[in-house]
Amino acid sequence: MPKKNSMPVTERGVQEGVHSGEEFLAAERCRVIHRIMVRSRVMEERMIKMSKSGEGFFWIGGPGEEAFNACLGLQVKKGQGPAFDYLHLHYRNSATMVAMGMDLLDGIRQMGMTFSDPFSVGRNFPSHFSRKAWNVVPVSSVIEVQFAMAPGTALMQKRHGDGVTIVIGGDAGTAEGDFTSCLLWSSRPGNELPVLAITMNNRWGISTSHASQHSCEHSIERGKAFGILGEVVDGNDPVASWYAIERALRYCRSTRQPFMLEAMVARLYGHSSSSGAPHSGESDCITAFEERMLAANVIDQVTIDHIHEEAHAEADAAVEQAMKEPKPRPEDVERFTYAPSPVDPVYPEDFTGLP
Amino acid sequence: MATMVQAIRMALRYGEEQLGVTDIFGEDVGPPLGGVFTATQGLKTAWNSPLDERGIVGTAMGIAYGGGRPVCEIQFCDYGFNVIDLLKVAGNQRWAGAGEWDLPMVLMTPSGSGIRGSLYHSHSFESWASRLAGWKIVMPSTPLDAYGLMLSAIIDPNPVMVLLPKALLRVRGDKLIPGEPEDQDRLKQMIDAPVGDRSRWQPKWPALEEYTIPLGTAALVREGDNATVVSYGRTLPLCVQAADQLRQETGFTCDVLDLRSIFPYDWKAISASVAKTGRVLIVNEDTEVTNFGEHLLRRVIDAHFYDLLVRPRVLSGKHVPGIGLNQVYEQNTVPQLPQVKSALEKLARDPA
Ligand SMILES: Cc1ncc(C[n+]2csc(CCOP(=O)(O)OP(=O)(O)O)c2C)c(N)n1
Repeated sequence: MPKKNSMPVTERGVQEGVHSGEEFLAAERCRVIHRIMVRSRVMEERMIKMSKSGEGFFWIGGPGEEAFNACLGLQVKKGQGPAFDYLHLHYRNSATMVAMGMDLLDGIRQMGMTFSDPFSVGRNFPSHFSRKAWNVVPVSSVIEVQFAMAPGTALMQKRHGDGVTIVIGGDAGTAEGDFTSCLLWSSRPGNELPVLAITMNNRWGISTSHASQHSCEHSIERGKAFGILGEVVDGNDPVASWYAIERALRYCRSTRQPFMLEAMVARLYGHSSSSGAPHSGESDCITAFEERMLAANVIDQVTIDHIHEEAHAEADAAVEQAMKEPKPRPEDVERFTYAPSPVDPVYPEDFTGLP
Repeated sequence: MATMVQAIRMALRYGEEQLGVTDIFGEDVGPPLGGVFTATQGLKTAWNSPLDERGIVGTAMGIAYGGGRPVCEIQFCDYGFNVIDLLKVAGNQRWAGAGEWDLPMVLMTPSGSGIRGSLYHSHSFESWASRLAGWKIVMPSTPLDAYGLMLSAIIDPNPVMVLLPKALLRVRGDKLIPGEPEDQDRLKQMIDAPVGDRSRWQPKWPALEEYTIPLGTAALVREGDNATVVSYGRTLPLCVQAADQLRQETGFTCDVLDLRSIFPYDWKAISASVAKTGRVLIVNEDTEVTNFGEHLLRRVIDAHFYDLLVRPRVLSGKHVPGIGLNQVYEQNTVPQLPQVKSALEKLARDPA
């Protein structure tokens, strides 16, 4: 089991910061995380507005998961190829992408279905990211399929350096066989894989409560059957999340074994725009963190207000920009189906309609 | 001459030696068995997977994402149905991801009837597969084509499904695979694992050469003037036999096209032949409702309505839930030589 309360060297000797039990995050890191959380939240709130104004259709995303997601994105070994971490995300990981350096404009472009949307050229729902340069494989709406793929990238990583495969899904989705497949394939005797399997537990799958369908409270309990260690963390708490992620990644990176994390999170705007995205009244990780930062004197209210205003301005400008950008054209329907092939004279470059 | 399984084995050997194949895996694919049909014996990158078809396809996708070149196997296509949505996902990753992610993976799986396989070793898969946009699908009917199509499947940087006709896996070809020794007993000694203890067995591979069959190219295996027959897989040799018999008995001659690629299919070849003969029979053994042959029929009607001398037709399997073990069931469910011959004869004799 990775040791708890392992204070990173960089934090040692720092006085200012936010505590959570015995754990402590230095002020500067708190401010970085907080800013990511706010920018990500404001982007999603702006997207919800787009879904209502007709600038977009469907919205789905991660308000309520920012604390954990921001901490994850900041600790990813970012890069392309098996020497770096792979991310098999689900549709609530915007803050992870923002933490990794995604422009809000890119998230907004996908919401606005522009051809400039770098993740799907206006094809996929929002928060369905894909970025090869960061090993973010395309997010699929099909619940849990990412868990079937994760062992594959981890297998390649086991042969090349210390990269970890990070795979994330919701709690209801763990009922799919692909979740169990992932645990089994990651723990084959002698062929264990560096997979960090994360469940974001908001206690709901659309309208069905977790408790009504699952006899074990936490998905990580199922890891026991495969000898996979795991930890449950308060995903609303950036300090606890930071260290849980740090321990988990360190464990996978150094032992080349799988590990499970379950983050207890809120679902602040319901499942998606289909449910009208009303505020759920659950505890908000951003306001809670701001209160703690204020109490610990690592930020003041003026600065907090300024960060929010800045984020709003950034998101508004992104919408304005995205709405001016080109939309897909009818002739783009088939594009990007096939990669160019030297052995296919029918489709040497790409799919072009029936043979 | 090599059998189709030996040809596949040699293609995979060439793939791992020369084309960067990193992982050949699936249920019982690695040692000691080397595949339930022995197609993966002696390969250095072959390994046994858990009995989990979704895991197999998902892991192949992950390996491809991670820079590897996987060839995965579903032991029988009959067990591929619970993977359909993952196959859909594999086919749409590049399209959905703005063209950033290529998915160079090969899925091979034995398909079709003819091994007295009863309900769950007799299914066909090509009609299902043809609906998986983003994939390319091939189905050889000879060992040499199996070799050439497998190499193309490996080289092509997209998901490619190689459907292997179960009934033809042990049939010998009449053409040598480039590098294959002429003496088939010698080939057997070199690359077939011995019965019994194999722990110290090492294959001796012939000096194999690259030989690819471009995807989407049919083979014109018989040439004639009176009718066009389009087929692939198990029913292809039946069509050839029927055409040969008909030529001898009646003087009718047919173009017989071995499609080889289900998608992309060789429309140019089909179109040219139908324009020439005005009569067409499409033969396969998949079930008849929403059959891939119906799609070809639609193309033929759209493009050649006024070239057709008689109604075009499809001969395929019956729309029943499965193929029964007693051979009365199998013989009367999927096309056999008499049905193919009779269909061809009727096509040829139908007054224009
Ligand atoms: C395989 C599959 N089945 C059903 C759906 C429809 N669906 C979308 S989200 C969802 C609930 C998912 O719940 P959970 O895994 O807990 O994640 P959450 O949305 O709560 O974050 C369902 C049933 C789907 N997308 N994929």
